[in-house]
Amino acid sequence: MPTPPGAAPAFPDAAERSTRDTTLRNNLRRATHTIRAKRAAAVAELADWGELRAAGAAIKDHTLRHLDHYLEQVEAAVTAAGGQVHWAVDAAEANAIVTRLVRETGEREVVKVKSMATQEIGLNEALAAAGITAYETDLAELIVQLGHDLPSHILVPAIHRNRAEIRDIFRTQMGRWGRPAPAGLTDEPAELAEAARLHLREKFLSAKVAVSGANFIVAETGTLVVVESEGNGRMCLTLPETLISVVGIEKVIPSWRDLEVFLQLLPRSSTAERMNPYTSMWTGTTDGDGPAAFHLVLLDNGRTDALADQVGRQALRCIRCSACLNVCPVYERAGGHAYGSAYPGPIGAILTPQLRGTVSALDASLPYASSLCGACYEVCPVAIDIPEVLVRLRERVVEGGPVTVRGTRAVIRPARGHAAERAAMRAARWAFEHPRALRAGQRLASRTRALHPRHLPGPGRAWTRGRDLPEVPAESFRDWWQRTRGERGTA
Amino acid sequence: MSSRERVLGRVRRALADVREEHPDTGATGGAAHTDGGPARDGVARDYLRVHGERTAAERVELLATHLADYRARVHRTDPAGLPDTVAALLAARGARRVVVPEGLPADWLSASAATPVPDTPALSARDLDAVDSVVTGCAVAIAETGTLVLDAGPGQGRRQLTLVPDHHVCVVHVPGQVVDSLPQALERLVPHRPLTWISGPSATSDIELSRVEGVHGPRALDVVLVTTDAPSTASSSPR
Amino acid sequence: MRVALFVTCVNDTLYPRTGQAVVTLLERLGVEVDFPAAQSCCGQPQYNTGYRHESEPLLRHYAEVFAGYDHIVTPSGSCVAMVRDNYPRLGARARAEGRGSALAEAAANVVPRTYELTEFLVDVLGVTDVGAYYPHTVTYHPTCHGLRMLGLGDRPLALLRQVRGLKLVELAGADECCGFGGTFAVKNAAVSTAMGADKARAIEATGADVVCTVDNSCQTHIGGTLSRRGSAVRPVHLAEILASTEGRVL
Repeated sequence: MPTPPGAAPAFPDAAERSTRDTTLRNNLRRATHTIRAKRAAAVAELADWGELRAAGAAIKDHTLRHLDHYLEQVEAAVTAAGGQVHWAVDAAEANAIVTRLVRETGEREVVKVKSMATQEIGLNEALAAAGITAYETDLAELIVQLGHDLPSHILVPAIHRNRAEIRDIFRTQMGRWGRPAPAGLTDEPAELAEAARLHLREKFLSAKVAVSGANFIVAETGTLVVVESEGNGRMCLTLPETLISVVGIEKVIPSWRDLEVFLQLLPRSSTAERMNPYTSMWTGTTDGDGPAAFHLVLLDNGRTDALADQVGRQALRCIRCSACLNVCPVYERAGGHAYGSAYPGPIGAILTPQLRGTVSALDASLPYASSLCGACYEVCPVAIDIPEVLVRLRERVVEGGPVTVRGTRAVIRPARGHAAERAAMRAARWAFEHPRALRAGQRLASRTRALHPRHLPGPGRAWTRGRDLPEVPAESFRDWWQRTRGERGTA
Repeated sequence: MSSRERVLGRVRRALADVREEHPDTGATGGAAHTDGGPARDGVARDYLRVHGERTAAERVELLATHLADYRARVHRTDPAGLPDTVAALLAARGARRVVVPEGLPADWLSASAATPVPDTPALSARDLDAVDSVVTGCAVAIAETGTLVLDAGPGQGRRQLTLVPDHHVCVVHVPGQVVDSLPQALERLVPHRPLTWISGPSATSDIELSRVEGVHGPRALDVVLVTTDAPSTASSSPR
Repeated sequence: MRVALFVTCVNDTLYPRTGQAVVTLLERLGVEVDFPAAQSCCGQPQYNTGYRHESEPLLRHYAEVFAGYDHIVTPSGSCVAMVRDNYPRLGARARAEGRGSALAEAAANVVPRTYELTEFLVDVLGVTDVGAYYPHTVTYHPTCHGLRMLGLGDRPLALLRQVRGLKLVELAGADECCGFGGTFAVKNAAVSTAMGADKARAIEATGADVVCTVDNSCQTHIGGTLSRRGSAVRPVHLAEILASTEGRVL
């Protein structure tokens, strides 16, 4: 189970620990800088990227504005194609539905395709509590699972591990879950991938039940789409007898044709490829090909709360490409675990507080996990203005106001612990509205400048621990202006 | 109240401002569009249908280049040379047993010494795991992305045939089966068929974000471009 | 031409030299400069920290102070971004909350008249050679709001390339944030400091003796980091370089 947000440290504390972990910082720096340049090249190949991006954003916005209509259309189309549709208000309900469906097959094991939605709801832990073992089959998820670790990246959950660490995990842990790692395993990526192939093949060939998410659901046809690279997805989607797909309600797109936009945007933004190696599309069940039973679990779990916020709802456009993580200077130093949820990086900083609320210290600190540099917005293939939403959520933390919590409208109070800051902001605003007072303050600062300490006490200490303060000048600009040309322009 | 009603109710309440602003295309479905859905508000499709103008030959050339970029091995022949090409690829791989999807033209494997294993419903995934190679056709190929799309039609078979064996030989009729772009490919495909889009062999970027070819799917992908004058066979017919 | 200088609260209090340089530069180019003394702050610190309602009076104040000027020029990309991107948002939110359209109108009124210094020089005055002389090796760090929110693009570099005596050297990873981010620098001090250190190392690696930006708030962070590292590289605002002449190097 993901650490309950109430128990997790606030972002700045977790991030501070990460900045001292030089291995982690090197791993993250190398990986994010590698993919950054590749993405830019893949995007530059398409002269119409801006138009595709605008269309992607517009299609998602349109879908969200009519989400009830499209969800009903999905339900009808999937049912007509032989699938069964289930609705889950929250994580607990989704986990209960999946657990019941697995039990009804009589099986005690499932294979899983990497899925953010099941990560979000803690499905593996819920299944374990019911005596069902879930095997992650994506290479990175396998590394995380074998290492008793948590994912730290949307696309590359084990990005915080380098090849030597992965070799050690495989050597010591694979045998406990199934076929052990080959003797003499080195840290060559190709050898590590081969070890994963051998270890997981047994699971694929014997599995009767698979659990997946989906990248897209096409409402008009009821088609689900899974985009992947390794083929573990294809294994899970085609070999077992029963397939259960847990999909957030924001994953719907209206028409088949809309795929022409998203299948161009996603691979280039995500793995920086023209096209990812494998994309699977299925509609209900097909006689003699693939699972005989297909269940679609439509998941809310806070998404409708986000939908109710006029600024924040744009976060639901997200197609989970992870481009924003790979360009984020804060993610690069803090690492994914500091974000305390399945969704790290800039998108996590706006998604998690909307899905879970801003009650815990961690969730209330996430909107501040950004310098608002805007690199995330620049690369987002569906143009989510992440800085705008971050600021909106900061407002929710310090000012409170109307929000929707579990489907109910409420007015929340400002979070605790911001009283001094609030007073300072108010005082500054007052001074700025009263230039005379501002000038008095400036003059006081100038007169006492010889006395200014190099290291500040209180909240200022955070600044002076790593950076010097600028010197206060002998004269402010307004005093200089008044002194030299006071007769002009002092309206 | 059912969970279905609860979720849909929450969606509608969350969109109250949208309904106020646009009462006629409001959140409950609203004014019907020609395709039966709500009118598409503000979706401009001014992106390109195709990235550049190409002759048929240039299109095939681009497909070959992009397939090779992703480490598929590309081979060219004509219909008369196809059996020998397929036989040579299987021999080079040392393939002894080759699974044959229903509807695969008989002559494609006529020159190979490998034992054909015809696909039947009884053939399990474990059985497929003991097979060396698979030979299929495809539904359509996309030049701009280097992608082959299989739609489980004749000569392609069930999805797992091209997944479990470690070697896939895919035959593409050029130029008829090749389109320039992804939008053009979607137009040719039938959504309700199970579709597998393949762009090179299985790969992963999970270790330090560097690409490694070959994890669970076939680690070797041979693509045979067969030049034919025959009319396009790319548009799938429902089974 | 007569323009109003919005010097910004940071420059007014900590970097008067930058404001003086803007005055010198604009007057040299034949522009008459006014300094409406009632001006104060754009409200960005409040807005970006989440105190939207504290920033609203400062929008109104800005609109009142600068009413009647065709051009409001400011040596801060970040403050212009506040005006251009966030003032309209403040107006729209107030309207959506049923508080009338006065704020939205005030925003719409000032947005088209507010210019970042390099925009004013290149787009309005149409100059890139401002007759400057600056005998130093300079590297340019494009600050995030200027780069991404305003899209200043090549303008600052075009101006720097025309400065006589100046050797411009490229900064690796120039588009990466220096780690300032307003209250971010204090709320997430560890990450901010780590970002600043990486930026400082990149600046030092250029061999420049001056690092130039169009935002003194970012310069405070970069300069504070360089100073703590004992680095010899000096942070200088672009306006001070452009105001320098053979007779008087600032």
